[in-house]
Amino acid sequence: MKTHSQASDIFNQDEPRVDWHDESLWFIRQKRDKAAFAIPEWENLRDIASQIKENVLANMDTYLLEFEEKAQQNGIQIHWAADAEEHNQLVLQILQKHGFKKMVKSKSMLTEECHLNPFLEKNGIEVIDTDLGERIVQLRNEPPSHIVLPAIHLKKQDVGDTFHEHLGTEKGASDPQYLTEAARQHLREKFIAADLALTGVNFAIAETGGFVVCTNEGNADMGAHLAKVHIACMGFEKIIPKAENLGVFLRLLARSATGQPVTTYSSHFQKPRAGQEMHVIIVDNGRSTQLGREDFRSSLKCIRCGACMNTCPVYRRSGGHSYHSAVAGPIGIILAPNLDMKKNKDLPFASTLCGSCTNVCPVKINIHEQIWKWRQEVINEGYAGFEKTQGIKLMNTVLSNPKIYRFAGKMGRQTMRFAPFLVNNSLNKWFKNREMPAPPKESFREWYLKNRNNNKNEQ
Amino acid sequence: MKVGLFIPCYIDQFYPQVGIATLEVLEKLGMDVSYPLNQTCCGQPMANSGFAGLTKGCNANFIENFKGIDYVVSPSGSCVLHIKEHLHSAENKEQAEFLQHQTFELCEFLTDILKVEKINATFEHRVGFHNSCHGQRMLGLSSMSEKVGERFSKPLSLLKQVKGLELAELNRNDECCGFGGTFCVTEEAVSVKMGKDRVADHLSKKVEYITGGDMSCLMHLEGILKRQKSEVKIIHIAEILNSK
Ligand code: SF4
Repeated sequence: MKTHSQASDIFNQDEPRVDWHDESLWFIRQKRDKAAFAIPEWENLRDIASQIKENVLANMDTYLLEFEEKAQQNGIQIHWAADAEEHNQLVLQILQKHGFKKMVKSKSMLTEECHLNPFLEKNGIEVIDTDLGERIVQLRNEPPSHIVLPAIHLKKQDVGDTFHEHLGTEKGASDPQYLTEAARQHLREKFIAADLALTGVNFAIAETGGFVVCTNEGNADMGAHLAKVHIACMGFEKIIPKAENLGVFLRLLARSATGQPVTTYSSHFQKPRAGQEMHVIIVDNGRSTQLGREDFRSSLKCIRCGACMNTCPVYRRSGGHSYHSAVAGPIGIILAPNLDMKKNKDLPFASTLCGSCTNVCPVKINIHEQIWKWRQEVINEGYAGFEKTQGIKLMNTVLSNPKIYRFAGKMGRQTMRFAPFLVNNSLNKWFKNREMPAPPKESFREWYLKNRNNNKNEQ
Repeated sequence: MKVGLFIPCYIDQFYPQVGIATLEVLEKLGMDVSYPLNQTCCGQPMANSGFAGLTKGCNANFIENFKGIDYVVSPSGSCVLHIKEHLHSAENKEQAEFLQHQTFELCEFLTDILKVEKINATFEHRVGFHNSCHGQRMLGLSSMSEKVGERFSKPLSLLKQVKGLELAELNRNDECCGFGGTFCVTEEAVSVKMGKDRVADHLSKKVEYITGGDMSCLMHLEGILKRQKSEVKIIHIAEILNSK
């Protein structure tokens, strides 16, 4: 597996493509700004959303049990999954109980996190992602690169090639309308043939036992309304106390995600229709560990709007796949080390700590502060490696000791060896695309001693 | 009022003129300024690399140097932020807290503490201003594009007082330059690309100078400008405020 830095290096070899990726996402960020600025009480809404979620985090068990009870009263079957494995098994069992072989799925980052598709395919189930972007990456055998815009890394020509290969569209065709129509026809057949529909959950409402799924394509509804069985999968943090809270979250979600006032479809599911079976699987998969980490628990407030990715200058220039994790970007950085710190130890360093993410986040997660704290965790767990640790220790000796510092500065200034951020001969990396400042003949301190100091102390 | 000048390590070593300008601006405003001679570094390079546990030496040294000072002023938003957020001392808790509170970035000190409304400076050039993230988003030196609310900028309010200075409007007013401390080498490709994009924005606005309140960002941008053999120069805001 490539580290974020190695993968970004490759991503940046095609600079025009990086520019295009950056501009596409920046465009969405600007749409978000316009939508947010049209609401004078925007910051107030963020506050309220954050507080509702804080309350949820503090009373998770109560709300989840309330949800279970109400949902069961409505005729929904509730399942609990401790981890990805259990979640996948539960889905498979439901399929097998009915002897089903075909399933359609609308967007669910949770099932990406659990690697549900490969698991089901191995067990002989056909899984079709019905979100257009997800279908595109599925055909290409790639993971989504963005939680809201799964195929944002692909140009329309790429999509044209993929559809030509898999759906038989004309070679070289890249007209979005033509391609979308082809996808539509293709998906329609799959919808009609599917026995079971799986959807994600954006909000599960404790008070009513119902849940809401937001899509722009209506594919969740199409699947759920046609299939005999509907399974909705949710990470347990998707719970909100009351239906009226939706007034806050639905306003924030679409504006933050794409700059739309509201998603095209906000579908409310309350109970199975006559003859249908409805299941909700509530998944932990590391969430209770995260809930127990005081510094990181508020990452569970996330409503998966993707705004932190669109605004992140690093994400825009490295692409979602460089984060080697189901959820990329700033929120991915603070979620992934909880699941596997060793595998994701590079991610907290894939940030300049610019803080833009924290300030677009509709639920006010202090993302960049958590990134900083994950750095400390990664180092405390001993993942720095010997070389880096020695380098930093040496740097610390220099920087915390005035005499050594002055000596190192004097020696290093001329050869450009003195720069606290260039740990361990990383000088080459600086020089690859940049110059260093011309060395001055004296340091500020030396100048000061000559020009100001009335020589009270020191040489 | 006793002002202690805090000159971050890389300014001391690479950009002494920025320290000199800062000192002179403060002196011209009648401040009693001293530069404690045994200062080194705020500790940020270690802390941001995940080694916050190692910064005790830097902290102790900082506290020792700025004993008896009313205000610490520094021409670097980033280092000031580090002091404000992370200066700790088990032995000297009170003094650490006092310094956290009393350490100011130069522009903020001028606008908020000295309430400067008329700067006696002339700089007849077209200038682009680079907002450093630490200064802007964390110290709150100016409003940011992410947040809904009133627009303001402390550094720009000072630059607007400089005679002859023409300020360029950028396409992306507050995008990070990609320096990011050790990020600039550990994530070299992205860091450079971010810097190139920032530079391109300024160049498209035909600026002669790129200025800002954080020399580390400017050093990164300067590195890219020089590699491109550009005529455009970087200059710290203190140097502009000190120019005649
Ligand atoms: S962390 Fe905040 S901005 Fe990022 S996806 Fe989650 S809710 Fe959206």
